[in-house]
Amino acid sequence: MSAAPVTAKSLDAISCHVCGLLVSNRYIREHSDECPRCAAALHSRKINSMTRTWALLIAAAVLYIPANVYPVLTLVSFGQSTTNTIMGGVIELVGSGQLVIAIIVFVASVFVPIFKIAALLFLVISVQFGMKARRRERALLYRFTEFIGRWSMIDIFMISILIALVKLQALATVTAGPGAIAFAAVVIITMFAAMTFDPRLIWDEEGENDDG
Amino acid sequence: MAIDQDFTYTDAFLACPECDLVHAVPSIREGEQGRCTRCGALLYVRHKNSLDRALAFALTGLMFFILANMFPLLTFEMEGVSQSNRLIDGAIAFWKAGYWELGIVVFVSSVVAPLMVLLVLITLLLPMRLNRVPPSPQLQIRTLNHLRPWAMSEIFVLGIIVAFVKLQDFADVSVGLSLFAFVLMVAATVMAYLTLDEDALWSRLREIKA
Ligand SMILES: [Zn+2]
Ligand SMILES: [Zn+2]
Repeated sequence: MSAAPVTAKSLDAISCHVCGLLVSNRYIREHSDECPRCAAALHSRKINSMTRTWALLIAAAVLYIPANVYPVLTLVSFGQSTTNTIMGGVIELVGSGQLVIAIIVFVASVFVPIFKIAALLFLVISVQFGMKARRRERALLYRFTEFIGRWSMIDIFMISILIALVKLQALATVTAGPGAIAFAAVVIITMFAAMTFDPRLIWDEEGENDDG
Repeated sequence: MAIDQDFTYTDAFLACPECDLVHAVPSIREGEQGRCTRCGALLYVRHKNSLDRALAFALTGLMFFILANMFPLLTFEMEGVSQSNRLIDGAIAFWKAGYWELGIVVFVSSVVAPLMVLLVLITLLLPMRLNRVPPSPQLQIRTLNHLRPWAMSEIFVLGIIVAFVKLQDFADVSVGLSLFAFVLMVAATVMAYLTLDEDALWSRLREIKA
């Protein structure tokens, strides 16, 4: 690639992150820093994107431990009690022969959170070190990470349904465990981490001094 | 087509939201979509009667949302004793158990945000259908954008399925009327988002205001 690509930044303009209107910095200087079409605040890049994403990723990685170590739910039935962690819930589904559901829960609750943290860490580090290779693949990785993040909430919804439904005193009762709070926090914090990461940073130096 | 260096603001050109590359907005046909040439992000889609269809889907969604809140989702039976749950009961159960943070998270993502999405769509598109300016179109469209990731009805459906399978192991579980309504609400909301074309929204708003 020879000439630098034409970006909003190179045109001294900002693309509104809500409605996509292309607004020149001259307009912003002369009028206001609100989008003339949708009134959102205009920023060329997300504010403090790298610092915020780093902070959120570290918080998520720390909470990942209690999320997996502490039980997320306890079932008491006829005086017998069974306690499950996130992974325990998956193993129990495998044990009762529900393979398809076990795979869905494993992907959503075990694979997705760790994949998200790892993928965002890789993206943040690659931007920090000005990595030039595989920009398109990294853009795709980001898009995928942002898309899958919410699906980890399956387990939290499942627990909310079980505790509301199974409360038959002596017969059967399900209660939530402290792991559920840590787990929900990991899901939400990684969602914020994906939102604060600015994928445009992957491309910002392109064409200035590289060959693809 | 080259961009005029002296522009103030324009919708004839569009910077990719994911890599910032500037593209001229082409006149694409209905049903077609355009992707960024550099990073592959989806840039624009055109739908036939986008605004009317999105409004119809939102109204359908709201009707099913109301139905989904009136009847039980699941009924659980053991030794002749039975217990049912409604949509909001999960959030209440977390709250009562002392997990108020989870109560709020579940309440927002399964009840408040999905309902808000439908209400914002309707209060935006219905007045426009009647050639009137909506109450606060800029705020409404921004709200719609910010609500989107937090409305998790489609994920809640999977949560119900997993809960159902887990319970089947030790008791009789049956599906309530609200579950069907809830699934139809999710389908209608997804269709409303898929058919809504924001460019058509802005240009229609400009026509109405003129
Ligand atoms: Zn805007
Ligand atoms: Zn792009």
